[in-house]
Amino acid sequence: MKFGVVRFPGSCDEVDALLACRRFGDAELLWHGDRDLRGADAVVIPGGFSYGDYLRAGAIARFSPVMEAVAAFAADGGPVLGICNGFQVLCEAGLLPGALLPNTSLRFVCRQVDVVVENADTSFTRACARGDLLSIPGKHTTGRYHAPADDLDRIEANGQVVLRYAPGENPNGAEHDIAGVVNEAGNVMGLMPHPEHAVDPLTGSTDGGKLFESLAAREPVLA
Amino acid sequence: MKARVLIRPKEGILDPQGQTVERALPALGFHGASHVRIGRLVELELDDPEQLPAMCEKLLANPLIEDYEVELLDGGDSTNGAP
Repeated sequence: MKFGVVRFPGSCDEVDALLACRRFGDAELLWHGDRDLRGADAVVIPGGFSYGDYLRAGAIARFSPVMEAVAAFAADGGPVLGICNGFQVLCEAGLLPGALLPNTSLRFVCRQVDVVVENADTSFTRACARGDLLSIPGKHTTGRYHAPADDLDRIEANGQVVLRYAPGENPNGAEHDIAGVVNEAGNVMGLMPHPEHAVDPLTGSTDGGKLFESLAAREPVLA
Repeated sequence: MKARVLIRPKEGILDPQGQTVERALPALGFHGASHVRIGRLVELELDDPEQLPAMCEKLLANPLIEDYEVELLDGGDSTNGAP
């Protein structure tokens, strides 16, 4: 199992993501100008401030050459995980439903949050059980998940809400307390909290490792 | 051709920046201002104004969360991206 972790100008969590992936498989960094994914079986779009978050968070990164390759990979069923800014990029690219808006508080939030696993039947959460509580750090200014009412109803009905902030834990005003969603096909996931920062007992929680472990357990679908 | 694109949060989307400004105004002695919404202004010069709607849809605005209005400044028409 080989992970590819995309590095954009302005990414800042790609090394932690790389190290998290390497606990469960091989991993290498991909550059935003790359046009192929160097044989990756799964792609991680990490957190940070790609292209300075100019215009809107994620709006410019979606036009980078590597995102064409990521979109084609996702269309073929390849697993793609977007974390924080990566979630914003995937929404802007139309690979995930909805959008991320500035936190209701307008403040940068940086703290450990509890999220509930709402759907354990995905490539990203198969190492969890439904109802599991994961303690993962969140750190963002633009994390308020929004989707038009019809879309929200649909993603709820389809089980596309994979992670939800536990009661009282919503750090950003996200609708329906949504912390992480998958696309309709189930092979693209985005979440605001940072599982890559919660893989070592030294930092207080290893719960984030469950997502990488789930992905590593997945049979590669692409040769 | 010069153009302006005015982008604002869609109706119904919480705009905490606008709310904060609305609360700050009375503190400075300005009363009676309500429904403050804060958006973004993009000014640009274009060879082909016909490309502007697609530019707005694909990059300048995110139609899921924002409405936009286009204003052509050299005597052209205005169009509105709101539904």
